[in-house]
Amino acid sequence: MPIHLTINGKHVTAPEGATILEAARANGIDIPTLCHHPDLSNIGACRMCVVSVEKARGVQTACTTPAAEGMVVNTMSPEAIETRKFVLEMLLTDHPNDCMTCEVNGDCELQDLVYDYNVKWPEHNGKRHQYEIDPDPNPFIFIDRNKCILCARCIRACDEIQNRSVWNFANRGFETKLVAGADQLLLDAYCESCGQCVAYCPVGALFDKMSLGKGRIMQVKKVRTTCSYCGVGCNFDLNIRNGQIVRVTSAPDAPVNGMALCVKGRYGYDYVHHPDRLTRPMVRAKWLDADTVAEQVKSGQWALFTEAQQRRASLSYRRTSGNGKSPAQDSQSEITPDTFVKTDWDTALDVVARKFTQVKKDHGGDAFALLASAKCTNEENFIFNKFTRQMLATHSIDHCARL
Amino acid sequence: MSKTNQHDIELNLMDEVFAQYGEEKGALIPVLQKAQALYGYLPPEVLQHISRRMKIPVSKVYGVATFYAQFYLERRGRHVLRLCDGTACHVKGTPILLTALEDHYHLQPGETTEDNELTVEIVYCLGSCALAPVAVFDGTVMGRMKQKTLLNTIKKRTDLK
Amino acid sequence: MQQALVHDLAERRTLAQTRWQAKTQADVYITVGMGTCGIAAGANDALKGIQRELEARGIRAEISEVGCVGMCSYEPMVEIQARGRERINYGNVTTRQVKEIFRHYFDGGALRKAVIVGQVMPTTTESHSHVLHSLSFRSIDAGEQIPFQSKQLRIVLSNCGLIDPESIDDYLAVDGYSALEKALLEMTPEEVIEEVLNSGLRGRGGGGFPTGLKWRFARATPSWPKYVICNADEGDPGAFMDRSVLEGDPHSVIEGMIIAGYAIGAEYGYIYARAEYPLAIRRLQIAIEQARELGLLGKDIMGSGFNFELQIKEGAGAFVCGEETALMNSIMGERGQPWPRPPYPAVSGVWNKPSNVNNVKSYAYTPRILRLGADWFKSLGTENSPGTAVFALTGQTQRTGLIEVPMGITLREIIFDVGGGVPNGKQFKAVQTGGPLGGCLPDAYLDTPVDFDSLRAAGAVMGSGGMIVADESTCMVEFAKYFMRFVVDESCGKCPPCRIGSTRMLEILERITAGEGTMSDLDEIKRLARGMQLGSLCALGQLAPSPVLSVIRHFEDEFVAHIENKECPAHVCQNLITYRVIPDLCTGCMVCARNCAVQAISGEKLQVHEIDPEICVRCGLCYAVCNFDAIEIISPR
Ligand SMILES: Cc1cc2nc3c(=O)[nH]c(=O)nc-3n(C[C@H](O)[C@H](O)[C@H](O)COP(=O)(O)O)c2cc1C
Ligand code: SF4
Ligand code: SF4
Ligand code: SF4
Ligand code: FES
Ligand code: FES
Repeated sequence: MPIHLTINGKHVTAPEGATILEAARANGIDIPTLCHHPDLSNIGACRMCVVSVEKARGVQTACTTPAAEGMVVNTMSPEAIETRKFVLEMLLTDHPNDCMTCEVNGDCELQDLVYDYNVKWPEHNGKRHQYEIDPDPNPFIFIDRNKCILCARCIRACDEIQNRSVWNFANRGFETKLVAGADQLLLDAYCESCGQCVAYCPVGALFDKMSLGKGRIMQVKKVRTTCSYCGVGCNFDLNIRNGQIVRVTSAPDAPVNGMALCVKGRYGYDYVHHPDRLTRPMVRAKWLDADTVAEQVKSGQWALFTEAQQRRASLSYRRTSGNGKSPAQDSQSEITPDTFVKTDWDTALDVVARKFTQVKKDHGGDAFALLASAKCTNEENFIFNKFTRQMLATHSIDHCARL
Repeated sequence: MSKTNQHDIELNLMDEVFAQYGEEKGALIPVLQKAQALYGYLPPEVLQHISRRMKIPVSKVYGVATFYAQFYLERRGRHVLRLCDGTACHVKGTPILLTALEDHYHLQPGETTEDNELTVEIVYCLGSCALAPVAVFDGTVMGRMKQKTLLNTIKKRTDLK
Repeated sequence: MQQALVHDLAERRTLAQTRWQAKTQADVYITVGMGTCGIAAGANDALKGIQRELEARGIRAEISEVGCVGMCSYEPMVEIQARGRERINYGNVTTRQVKEIFRHYFDGGALRKAVIVGQVMPTTTESHSHVLHSLSFRSIDAGEQIPFQSKQLRIVLSNCGLIDPESIDDYLAVDGYSALEKALLEMTPEEVIEEVLNSGLRGRGGGGFPTGLKWRFARATPSWPKYVICNADEGDPGAFMDRSVLEGDPHSVIEGMIIAGYAIGAEYGYIYARAEYPLAIRRLQIAIEQARELGLLGKDIMGSGFNFELQIKEGAGAFVCGEETALMNSIMGERGQPWPRPPYPAVSGVWNKPSNVNNVKSYAYTPRILRLGADWFKSLGTENSPGTAVFALTGQTQRTGLIEVPMGITLREIIFDVGGGVPNGKQFKAVQTGGPLGGCLPDAYLDTPVDFDSLRAAGAVMGSGGMIVADESTCMVEFAKYFMRFVVDESCGKCPPCRIGSTRMLEILERITAGEGTMSDLDEIKRLARGMQLGSLCALGQLAPSPVLSVIRHFEDEFVAHIENKECPAHVCQNLITYRVIPDLCTGCMVCARNCAVQAISGEKLQVHEIDPEICVRCGLCYAVCNFDAIEIISPR
C-alpha cells in the first residue's frame, strides 16, 4: 500500500518501506547525504540528511527513517540546515585545506556540500589527524586518511558488494581510523584490488593510484564503453585526457554491473597505450615472399620488428610507466626466417587462408579444433560457430569459459 | 598442531575456547576475552587465528578488539597499576597521584615502563567510591590512596626504584 | 507432572522458610557484608577473623554472607545477634577489629576503631497480604532510625544486606519467585503488562520511559523470537546502584526478567553486565544456575508451558554500550556503536528481532509490584514518578553510600539529612546527578524534588542514579572539563557532531583551565553544545554538553574568573595556582623540601623555606605533607 506524506508542502506518495530520503528523491526533492549510497545499507552516521518531522523531537535522519502515512516533513527547516552546517564545519576542522591540489576537486561530495551550505573554513589550533599519505605499496589504491570523513561507504562497499570485508574502523571516538584487516597492507588483508571502495568514497581519501596527477574531472572527457575483458558486458567510463585513457570510473547507470567492476576492468587499461600492443598483423618472414618483404619495408609500407626492439620497447615503457611513446626504430636489423614483419590485414589473412585450405585438403576438416573466446560478443561467437562447422567442416569447437 | 610464530604463541590453547563458543552467535567478544585471559594480551597471530577459526573477517575482529577499552593489543607490564579517575576519585585526588607517577617514573596513563615492569592505566569508577581515591595494584584494590603509599607500594612490589 | 512442579516449589519454599528461621534465630547469627565495597575494605579477612574468634570462644554461629546495605563508608560491616538480644551492626570491622566487636557484644568491652552503625530491626511492609522484608537501623540510645536511614525507603534494595545472595533458599524464604508464580499461573501476559503499566513504573536506566508501555510495544510486534535484555552496563562514573542490586539480590532481577519474558512473549534473555563487575557476574551466574535447578528457568516453568532461558553477556569496557542500541550491537559481537531509531528495539533489536531493554532496577521492581500491587507502588513517590529512587551518594558528604529514597524527596534532604551534609566545615557548592550526561545544581536548587520531571526541568537529570556532591574545594570548570574528557574517551566515533564536537569542546575547556581562554570561548562552547545536541546520533552526544552548560548556567563566575582573572577560585587548576610558604607558620622542619620531587623548595634547617615557582610542578605534595599547614595555595599566580 502506498504511503502518503507531505514533504516541503508537497503531497507525495511512496512505496511501503521507503525511507523519507527515497520518498523525497523519487519526487524530485533533494536531501543532502554523505554516508548514504543507494547501493549500500543505511547507517545514519553522517547526520547530513537530517530533516524535521512534525511532532517528532529534534531532527531525524532521512536515510534511515521510514516514511509514514500522514508524515509532514520539512527538509529545509532551520534546525536541519543548522545541523548540516555544523556537521560540515566539524568535518572541516579535521580535514586538510587541500582542494587546490586534491585529485577529486570538483568531484567531491564534501566540497559540493560545503559550497552549497556556504560553510567557511574553520581556523583553529586544535587536534587534526596527521596520517601518512599513501602508506600502502599496493599498485592500485591510493589512501589519504587525512581526508577520510569516516562515512564507512568503502567498508560497506567492500563488505556488501564485493564480499571481501577488507576495510573496517579501528579504535573509537576521535581516534577512529579506517584500517584494512588488522591494520595491515591491503594485499595482506585479502584485498582483490577491485577498487569498489575507491568508487564509493565520497571524498579524496581513496583514489585510483594509477591516475594520480593524470587529470581531474573537469580536465577529462568521459567515454562510456563496454569492458573488453570478458563477456559479462560491464559498462564503465573511460576518462580521456589528451587522447590518453587516464582513469576508469564506474558508471552508476551501467545496466549490467552498476558501479561494480573487477580489477581488470577498472585497472587493466594500461595495455591500450602499451608499446607491446599489437596494432597491426605480424607474420614471420618465412611465410612471406622475401623479395616482397624487402620491397615493402623499403617503401615503408611494412616494418620489421626484431627481438631487440621488442625488449627495448617494454623496458622503456616500464621506465616511463606507460606514457605510450615508442622507442626509436632500429633500421640496421637483419632479417631471419623468424623475424616478425608488420604487414597489412590482407596479406596476413591470405597467409592464414592459404594454410587453412592446405591443411583441410591434406588432412580433412577434423584436423582443426577451434576455441572461441569469452571476450567475444554473442554475434562474433555465432559467426565463429558457422565458420567452424560450415567452412572448416568440423564439430571440434569449444569455448574458453569451459576450461 | 602446535604452531610457532613470531611471538611464540601456542595457538592451540584456543581450541577449548572455540569448542565452548563454536555454535554461539555473536561470540566474538567473549572469545576475545578468553584469548586475552590466556595470552595476557591479543597478539596479531591470535586475532588472525580467531578470524580464521570463527570465519569472521579479520577487519571485524580488529575493529571490535580496538573498540573496547578492555582489550590490549600490546603486551603489558609485569605489574599493572590501575588508578580510578571516576568522579569521586577524581575529586578526592587521583590527579595528584598521576602527577606523582609522571614525576617519578615518567609514566602517563596507558604507558608501560621501558623495562616492562609496570603499566599504569586509568579506569573510570571501580564502584568503590566511598574509598576514593582507589588504586588497583595487580588486582588488589587499595582505597584512600595517597601519593606516598602509592609510591611505596610501587617500590615494594616492583623492581622499580 | 505440572502440579508437581508448583507443589515442589511450595515445598521448597516451606523448607527454605524453616531454614531461614533457624538461621536468623540461631544461638548466634552473624552477617558479613560481602559486596565489592566490603571485600575491597577487607571483609574477606574479617570473615576469617570471625571464624577464628568463634572457634576460640567456642561459639557455634550461623554466618551469612550478605550484600551491601549501602553504607559504604562503614565497610567492612558485621552484624551480630545472639538469641534474645539486640542485633547490632558494626562498621569498620577489619580483621583487627574482630576481637574488639566480639568483646563489645559479648563482654561489654569498649570499641576503639570499630563503630556501632546501629541496632538492626528487620521490618516488613504489607500489602495485598504480601510482605516485603527489609532491614532498618536504629540508633542504640535514641531508638529512632539512624540519620542515614531516616528518609530511606528500601524496596528495590530491600534484600540487600538481608539475605545471602548466593542462596536461592534465602530468596525463597522472603517470598522470592512468588510474583513469578502469580504471573505464570494466575495472570495473562496482558494482565501482567496492565499491572506494571498501572503501577506507573518508569524505567530506571535514566530515560524514565514507562516500563509497562515498553512491554506492550514489544508484545505487539508480530515477530518471533523476542528477547528480554537487562541493561547492567552501569558505566556512569560514580554510580554503583545496579552493581549492588546484582551483588546483593540477583534473583530479583532474574525473576523480573522472567516475568517480562512472559509478558512480552520472549523465551530468551540476555543480561549485559559491565566487565568491571566480576562479583556481580559471578553471583548472577550462581543465581541463574540455582534458578535452573529449581525449574524456574528452562522449559515449561512451573508447568505453565512457558519457557525461558537466560545468558550473561559481559561488556568489554565502553560506556556507550549502556545506550540500548549500542548494547545490542555489542551483544551481537559488533563494535558497540548505536544505530538511529527507528527501528526501535521493540520492533527490531537483537538479531533484528523485537527486544525489550530495561535497567537492572526496572526489572527488580516488577516482582515487588506484582506481589504488593500496582496501587501500593503508585502510592509511593510522586504522581508522575511513583516509587523510589536509588542513588549512589558520593563526593563530599559526611555519609556516602547507596540510598533508596521515595521520589519527591528534595535534594537538600538527601544531601543534608541522609548524607549528613558537607564534612570538614566546608561549604556545599554543587550536586551533580546523571553523570557525564547530567548536570550540576547549586544550592539555590536544593529544594528541587527528586523525580524525573523536576530534575530535568532544573537542568539536571535523574540519570541512572549517580549523585555527586561537590564542596568549595571543587573547581566547577575543571569538573566540567573532566566530564567532557570522559565523553571524548567514550564517544563511539560514529557521528561527526559527537566525535569531533566533543574534542573541540574539550580543547576549549583545556584552554580555559590553562588560563588561556577568552570570553568568546563561552559562546563557542554554547554553539558547539547546540550542534552536538541537535546533530548527534545518540543520547551520548546529545546530552554530553549538559554538564558544561549547567556549569556555565550556574557557575558562570568561575568561568569568568578563569578567563578574565586567570584565577581558579577553588585552587585546583594547576596552571592558575602557585604554592607558597607562609613564613609565620613555617618551622623549617624540612619535610616539604625532602619530599619535593623536583627540588623546588630551598631553605636551611629551622629557617623559613621558599618554593621556587619556576621549578615547582604543582604536584601538591608539600601542601599535603606539611605538618604545620604552612603552605598555602594562591590563585591567580
Ligand atoms: C550513553 C548512554 C549510556 C547509558 N547507560 C545506561 C546504563 O548504564 N544503564 C542503563 O540501564 N541505561 C543506560 N542508558 C539508557 C539506555 O539506553 C536505556 O534507555 C535503558 O536501559 C532503558 O531501560 P529502562 O527503560 O529500564 O530505563 C544509557 C543511555 C545512553 C545514551
Ligand atoms: S579494492 Fe575491492 S576488495 Fe580491495 S578493499 Fe577495495 S573494495 Fe575491497
Ligand atoms: S575512505 Fe572514503 S569511503 Fe571510506 S570511510 Fe573514508 S571517506 Fe568514507
Ligand atoms: S553521539 Fe557519540 S556515541 Fe552516539 S553515535 Fe554519535 S559518536 Fe557515537
Ligand atoms: S546520509 Fe543519512 S546520516 Fe549520512
Ligand atoms: S569513582 Fe573511583 S571507585 Fe567510583
